[in-house]
Amino acid sequence: MVGQRGWSYRGVVVLFLAPSLIPLLLFTVGPMVAAAGLSLVRWNLLKPPEFIGLDNYVRLVGDANFRAAVINTIAYVAGYLPLVFVGGMLIALALNERLRGLAIFRTAYFLPVVTSWVVVALMWRWLLDPGAGVVNHALGLVGIDGPGWYNDPAWAMPSVIIASAWKDLGFVMVILLAGLQSIPDEYYEAASVDGAGRWTRFRHITLPLLTPSLFFVLVISLINNLQVFDQVWVMTRGGPAGATSVVVEQIVTNAFSYGQMGYAAAMSWLFFVVLLGITMVQFRLQRRWVTYG
Amino acid sequence: MVELARANPLIGTGTRKVRWGRLVSRTVIYAALTAGGLAMIFPFLWMLSTSFQSAGALLVPPPQLIPSPIELGNYAEIASAFPLWRFLANSLGVAAVATTLQVATSAMAGYAFARLRFRGRDALFLLYIATLMVPLQVTILPLFVEMKYLGLVDSYGALVLPSIASAFGTFLLRQAFLGLPRELEEAAFMDGAGHLTVFRRIVLPLAMPAIATLAVFSFVASWNSFLWPLIIVNSPDLMTLPVGLSNLQGRYATAWNLLMAGSTVAVVPILIVYVIGQKYVIRGVTLSGLKG
Repeated sequence: MVGQRGWSYRGVVVLFLAPSLIPLLLFTVGPMVAAAGLSLVRWNLLKPPEFIGLDNYVRLVGDANFRAAVINTIAYVAGYLPLVFVGGMLIALALNERLRGLAIFRTAYFLPVVTSWVVVALMWRWLLDPGAGVVNHALGLVGIDGPGWYNDPAWAMPSVIIASAWKDLGFVMVILLAGLQSIPDEYYEAASVDGAGRWTRFRHITLPLLTPSLFFVLVISLINNLQVFDQVWVMTRGGPAGATSVVVEQIVTNAFSYGQMGYAAAMSWLFFVVLLGITMVQFRLQRRWVTYG
Repeated sequence: MVELARANPLIGTGTRKVRWGRLVSRTVIYAALTAGGLAMIFPFLWMLSTSFQSAGALLVPPPQLIPSPIELGNYAEIASAFPLWRFLANSLGVAAVATTLQVATSAMAGYAFARLRFRGRDALFLLYIATLMVPLQVTILPLFVEMKYLGLVDSYGALVLPSIASAFGTFLLRQAFLGLPRELEEAAFMDGAGHLTVFRRIVLPLAMPAIATLAVFSFVASWNSFLWPLIIVNSPDLMTLPVGLSNLQGRYATAWNLLMAGSTVAVVPILIVYVIGQKYVIRGVTLSGLKG
């Protein structure tokens, strides 16, 4: 299998692999390993780094800002997940009816998914503008005095959640729709012959056979959204009064505003371990409730 | 709940009651989907409309969806205060270069993993898969330090270098290549062709759908990328659109007509890519689980 122009086989392997492997080692694998080392030093990028062992991690435990960010992140995910799951599921079920003209709806629902977070965040800041925004104007028409949204500490996180769920509905919908379409029609026909009603068919055919897709979206959504950053940065910068401060925002702020590289690296490493743990727990649980048809 | 309307020959044969049921459930579904679809489209229309209104008109209630009078100066105004077209060019340039490099390196590495035999291949492939699990936040701090030592902070190089290789792309194309029939390749080898020829003339053309998926996905991901450009670039001349826009917001916190003009400029190119390559966009985003 030696090439025409006399390349040695090893040369061919190197030729094909190196352009990808070298950058991957330099810009992903290397930094990943270095992050662990970075978390053990005190370093503001100006003076030489100073080795301080696990002090950064010890400090993390007592850091009230970090704890608040963790709680906010969990609150965000807890508000976001039910919205995109119920919404995405309903849309997917409706689109699965294979009625005429549904392709255009799929296009519309997926549009926000490909739009940049910065644009989505700006759009929603404008829609939710407490003074001149459309949402508060519409609420006013039905006699509701709209809240201050992202300017109000109590409403800032719901504002971020609304914008995020709006953007990601289409993502959840597309994956669940693919799952629904892979369920054979014969199952439903057989169940109908046996006299199964609408709900029974959903409960005993659709739902169990959809569990692999549901599981996939759950893992992906959880992992992605625990890393929530872009929309928070543009909509609120973590404010007001820290109401929307989240983990990644804390990492960025500590590293690049406070010049605490080592401390921020400790946050990111701990965060990585937690994300990895969640993934593994989910894969264990998967065996219990996911049905592969 | 909406399972009823699923095409079912046993129900469809019949009674007036069932037909009515189908009609009602269809109407409900269409109405709900239309309402939902409008909720998805309206923010975009509102962005576009706002970008053609004057600052004064926006403050007078009620909000108008059709601008009157139509204000055309917002785009010029924002472009004179900020290098908006430069942001656009930077975004296009970085996305084009990153996409080209990622597709090229992923295709080559994908071929190596799918078709070549060498020691440590499986372990190396596992390393690629493992990097998919690592969130950006973990690598971003050492990556910043690395760029600082390379003297690349605030440069185009720093924007592009981390996107040369793609573990996801390599994985995607390896799978695609594994699914191709080998007969053509074997015939080519018989005729004395080398791996480079087989790769370029046979494997690449056959795997075009997968390559298009990766290309469109890489473009969208690069276009929308925010965190890395945000921390690595400071000069306005080097900013991509998302970073430029977020800076713009710092300056014009409530000049919504200007901010929405900037947002429109950022949306239009991705809209074109989406409309042309919708099939590939959806497939790419679904496969990777990464959001744009």
